[in-house]
Amino acid sequence: MKPLPGRRFSRDQRMTIVTGMLVFVLIVLVLQLWLLTATMHAWLGGDASIVWPGLLVSTACFALNLGLFLYLRRLERPRHDR
Amino acid sequence: MTDRYTPPAEREQISIAPDFSAPDAQPAWRQDFPIDWPQDLYVERRDFLKFMILTSAAFTIGQVWIAAENWYRGRRGRPPVRRIAAIDDVPVGGSFAFTYPDEHEPCLLVRLTATEVVAFNQKCTHLACAVVPRPEQQSFHCPCHNGWFDIRSGAPTAGPPRRPLTRIVLERRGRDIYAVAVEERTI
Repeated sequence: MKPLPGRRFSRDQRMTIVTGMLVFVLIVLVLQLWLLTATMHAWLGGDASIVWPGLLVSTACFALNLGLFLYLRRLERPRHDR
Repeated sequence: MTDRYTPPAEREQISIAPDFSAPDAQPAWRQDFPIDWPQDLYVERRDFLKFMILTSAAFTIGQVWIAAENWYRGRRGRPPVRRIAAIDDVPVGGSFAFTYPDEHEPCLLVRLTATEVVAFNQKCTHLACAVVPRPEQQSFHCPCHNGWFDIRSGAPTAGPPRRPLTRIVLERRGRDIYAVAVEERTI
């Protein structure tokens, strides 16, 4: 399928991209959930050493996810708008 | 009919019917109100991705909340030394309720033998229900979800709790018992 004028990828190609992103984001999300529960468990048990590294890693994961989504939005815009 | 909806010429915009037959072979209502299934699927998946990213943001906010609470806990400093009771006030096998380090933290002092006393925060480490002492079974019991803790160490022995009860560090000064610190533990 040829892309529409002004677009870099066709809809089929974008569908593949969005599916790939979805799989990646879901894996990162599972990691974030584990991190949150592990941090909460340690902190409630009086161990605060993991709090700041946990926050740092979780923020990095969120930034990665957000970056992927912004990239997808950029792909959806016609080329002359970029 | 000249005002009928006509699908755009670009292949990407053409609606595909569920039975994959040609657009002209479709009933009139579907020709009038076509659904672009590939586009529908794409938007659905994209919206799910957006929701997942919001969930990711929620997890990060959770981490920020823990960090803020940790900072607040650090500012509170050491808990005060406070007299709880005289040892003679509590019979062997009996318990005494008090709050420590503030009025929002209910605790239990249990006299195990003539000379041995222990104290723990009364909140179950599962979902913060109040635990009750069962000296005859050498346990604390949480009736909400049937959680059990060892009466000497506060370690979880059965049920859903995974962390031990928060221990109140005690000090004997003559016949009086003082609470001097709070000890939170993961194992």
